[in-house]
Amino acid sequence: MIKNNLKNRKKIDSIFKVASKIITWSSLVVLAVLLYHVSITGISKLSLDFLNNFPSRFPHKAGIKSALSGSIWMLTFVTLISVPIGVLSAIYLEEYSKKNRITRFVEINIANLAGVPSIVYGILGLAIFVRFFQLDRSVLAGSFTMSLLILPVIIISSREAIRAVPKSIRLGAYAVGATKYQTIRHHVIPIALPGILTGVILSMSRAIGETAPLIMIGALTYVAFVPETVMDPFTTLPIQVFNWASRPQAAFHEVAAAGIIILLIVLLFMNAIAIFLRNYSNKKYDF
Amino acid sequence: MNKFKIITTTLVLSLVLFSCKSSDNSTADMLSGTVKVDGSSTVFPVTEAVAEEFGKIHPKVRVTVGISGTGGGFKKFCIGEIDINDASRHIKPKEVKKAKENNVKYIELPVAYDGLSIVINKNNDFIDYLTVDELNAIWKAGSTMKMWSDVRSDWPNRRIKLYGPGTDSGTFDYFKEAIIGKKNNIRSDFTKSEDDNVLVTGVSGDKYSLGFFGYAYYAENKDKINVVPIDGGNGPVVPSGKTINDGSYTPLSRPIFIYVNPESAKRPEVDEFVKFYLENGDELANEVGYVGMPNKVTKKVIERYTKRLTGSWF
Repeated sequence: MIKNNLKNRKKIDSIFKVASKIITWSSLVVLAVLLYHVSITGISKLSLDFLNNFPSRFPHKAGIKSALSGSIWMLTFVTLISVPIGVLSAIYLEEYSKKNRITRFVEINIANLAGVPSIVYGILGLAIFVRFFQLDRSVLAGSFTMSLLILPVIIISSREAIRAVPKSIRLGAYAVGATKYQTIRHHVIPIALPGILTGVILSMSRAIGETAPLIMIGALTYVAFVPETVMDPFTTLPIQVFNWASRPQAAFHEVAAAGIIILLIVLLFMNAIAIFLRNYSNKKYDF
Repeated sequence: MNKFKIITTTLVLSLVLFSCKSSDNSTADMLSGTVKVDGSSTVFPVTEAVAEEFGKIHPKVRVTVGISGTGGGFKKFCIGEIDINDASRHIKPKEVKKAKENNVKYIELPVAYDGLSIVINKNNDFIDYLTVDELNAIWKAGSTMKMWSDVRSDWPNRRIKLYGPGTDSGTFDYFKEAIIGKKNNIRSDFTKSEDDNVLVTGVSGDKYSLGFFGYAYYAENKDKINVVPIDGGNGPVVPSGKTINDGSYTPLSRPIFIYVNPESAKRPEVDEFVKFYLENGDELANEVGYVGMPNKVTKKVIERYTKRLTGSWF
């Protein structure tokens, strides 16, 4: 009896192993096919001119300058707006707030907001930032809208990171007379930093790839200038790529593929920064 | 605390920049300012081409073009948020009312023609042409045409597969009005996509399919799909630059418009842009897959703009 059971369990074990393997690899294959297709189509269009030109009706003259700079402008301001708010909210919720009904209500709402479709944030952004605060279709309006979109994710991941800091660290700091602020500033935050950063970069990656809310607030498709102030109109990489991909001319589909490559490079670059920062801080605070 | 310094400096800086942004657009030789255009993605390629050429002459004028769709553009136009709306159909009574409530007037200017193309698979060898009545019978709500043999008895007994743009697009609206009529409904069991390239792919992979979209998408994909000549009463006509321009491709050739806010047209940069659009639009439209209008129509359109005649034309 026992022997048979063992055989069966071992069989299930090996089936499970193979199944996990197949599933992991098949998703990687899909990714590889996509990357291969995009690079083959787009690589010929990649050049310095492509980075330096504004959009054009001629595929060989079309470039990504306004979209790339728009994306960078937006991302900068999204970081400036969402990181302080997100991290400080997480600190408050984890370290200071009393665990009562109101905080639980806030927590549930933040978790729910993380699941709201992005187009809804676009509608909100249009009503509040574009119309009510009269920011118009500016970099600032877009950045505020995107910040709203990614704040819940930043807050949730920062809280997870802060919660993972061992209680003994805090107690140790209190024991030598540190105030709560000193404990958080010198112990909790540095230890939680890698986790916080990972959450921040992941949500930034989401912000750079989103189109729906920006189209909703009326970020534009044809912009032949680089934004100079936060109140200037702008366009972003995914909007530009979407526009090129829906053109009838096949040559524009190649331009779209080149745009996707640029977008991927920006994303990889951001992820590389995240990994670097994480490794750097991991070495410093090991316990 | 270095980080906080950076943050505050940037915020202060951006506020300073914001307040510095003055609106000195009075220099005569160097026109500057902003022209805000939004609206139909069908008209977008023409407006983009015009904006590109205009930018070469007036590099200081910032022309921005969005693609909120004809309806989405009118929502902004009717409350005075944009200067020009690209429209692939006429303004609707509902939108006229909204504009009136907000004291916004409009100048309706046709800028080019588009020929809605009815397309079939490359391997489809039985369809030689379709009449408007046949199209109506196939597309109307509650249509009994399930097989091609229901349309004409000598056609194969195969299921008709239909492809068309989504119901929010001006192309869809125009097709419905021209083929089905204003009051009646169109059947809903067809494959819809807002991206016309998806429709091209769909029709090119399905021998018994039928689809429709703007002429530019057919013209660019002639190697993948065939176009069906349409009989509107005077014999079958193939859509082409010529038949769309002279109006013989009927009823599926349609004008595309720009709607200009006369208040905005008082600003020199908007005025110059619209004039440039009307003078060069025909040629540029041909370049991007649309059909420019006959010269005498263009003349009338320019006259209409010069006199600032508001309200609908037709």
